Amino acid sequence: MKKFMHDFKVVRNDIINPDYFVLYLQCSEPLPSIEPGQFAEVLVTGSPSTYLRRPFSIYDVDYENRVVSILIKSVGDGTKTLSCLSEGDTVNMIYPLGRPFSDPEGSDALLIGGGVGIAPMLLLAKSLHSKGCNVDVLIGGRTEKDIIEPWVYEPFARVFISTDDGSRGEKGLVTQHSIFHNKELNYNKIYACGPNPMMKAVASLAYSRNVPCEVSLENLMACGIGACLCCIVETHEGNKTTCVEGPVFDSRELAGWH
Amino acid sequence: MKPDLSVKIHSLQLKNPVMSASGTFGYGPEFDDFMDVNRLGGILTKACTSKNRDGNKYPRMVETPMGMLNSVGLQNKGVEYFIHQIYPRISHYDTEIVVNVSDSTVEGYIEVAEKLNALEHVTGIELNISCPNVKEGGMAFGTSCPMAASVTRAVRDVYDKTLIVKLSPNVTNIADIALAVQDEGADSVSLINTLLGMAIDAEKRKPLLSTITGGLSGPAIKPIALRMVWQVAKAVKIPVIGMGGISNATDAIEFLIAGATAIQVGTANFIDPSVCIKIVDGIEDYLIRHKFNSVNEIIGSLET
Repeated sequence: MKKFMHDFKVVRNDIINPDYFVLYLQCSEPLPSIEPGQFAEVLVTGSPSTYLRRPFSIYDVDYENRVVSILIKSVGDGTKTLSCLSEGDTVNMIYPLGRPFSDPEGSDALLIGGGVGIAPMLLLAKSLHSKGCNVDVLIGGRTEKDIIEPWVYEPFARVFISTDDGSRGEKGLVTQHSIFHNKELNYNKIYACGPNPMMKAVASLAYSRNVPCEVSLENLMACGIGACLCCIVETHEGNKTTCVEGPVFDSRELAGWH
Repeated sequence: MKPDLSVKIHSLQLKNPVMSASGTFGYGPEFDDFMDVNRLGGILTKACTSKNRDGNKYPRMVETPMGMLNSVGLQNKGVEYFIHQIYPRISHYDTEIVVNVSDSTVEGYIEVAEKLNALEHVTGIELNISCPNVKEGGMAFGTSCPMAASVTRAVRDVYDKTLIVKLSPNVTNIADIALAVQDEGADSVSLINTLLGMAIDAEKRKPLLSTITGGLSGPAIKPIALRMVWQVAKAVKIPVIGMGGISNATDAIEFLIAGATAIQVGTANFIDPSVCIKIVDGIEDYLIRHKFNSVNEIIGSLET
């Protein structure tokens, strides 16, 4: 799949809360096909302490208006700089990068996102819904402010929420959510993105029920295009690059996960 | 009339002085979507060792002010894999293909060099005696004159194309190492490899790299690299290839003025995967602006 480097214009910066924002970025050229789970390497300008590009999952795509949106959590100087962008500013991106999610062998899918890990799940929910799948989305977070735009999934999926402190949805970890205790539910594939401990817990649960599980890793990256080998993950077939051979992996591929 | 950008590194005829630096450019095809690789003076492939190397454990990278530390550790699938799987994918490039060669033993260096000698389109090798991220070999060969000399001689005896030796900055006097490898038959020296550094997570009181220390690269190291290139270029008779923090044409030109015949672009490829071509064009613009007919007129032209 061909990769591009384009300048995008900021058309909107939705500040969701002090920790999260969504950048809507318009390209002057028609967008290439972008698959669920792929990411972009974003150049951060104006932050003296930020040198390397930052990888972000692609949140949504509007092909008609040539707009890519990216959900970002402010964690360091780079993301804080991006949070200050406003309409008309320019952002350079290399995209679409990485291996996307694959379809389930069947019609029932559960998508789980923890905090900003929900970012790749909107495109996936839309894609699976359009293919006739029954999609459930489980959004998890430490607290209510980590539950980002749950309504956007509603046209494509049933939405479930859990928070560690119980401030929204069910109290507890995503793996403690009641959907896992509902014997009616029998998923053909589970997809997860979020903190590693969360993904590992989800993958274990899926594995114990013999359900395939794809996880989207968020390893540290430098180039994003497979040139530097900084972002490797250990698999049963040796080291693989998260940026090219991932970020999506079947959890059973990953060494030490099961 | 366009200025002449071509330079010579022993038998390498570079159409311009811009090469990619090993370890930052994959094998070339990774950048095909962003630039015409054929327009480069040359490409330096990822390090090639005698056997498969898994490299170091994750995390292998940490961003630092105006640069990064890496501890990839020469991950590659070995010389046989290179010959059968990689070489057929890159041999069509119309540019000088130089393979970076590393190993943990002199015998390993010899084995890789001998095998690469047979590849028609690999026109040179770059002996990596300066990688700071491997336990055996690597920098150990490059930080003592006798060791650097012996591995250079051993490879020189089995390799008859252009032999470049990549030097470590983690030494007391880099010019001494350059002279030692020149005396043993190196056709060129390239410098600098990364500087040994480290980063700590103060909150966790833990290192940020799996290997604790790693190689520092990027604009942060440019003044050191420039100084070392200038020192080495004054000391040796063979062509010098300069690298270390080059991010744009002006950086590249500074290295040429300091005495480098060619330059390599490394970490900047991660920021802009088309940067090498921009540097080629920028050098040409500079020559036109200053009314030079050839890039050779500015090499070593520092006025002190």
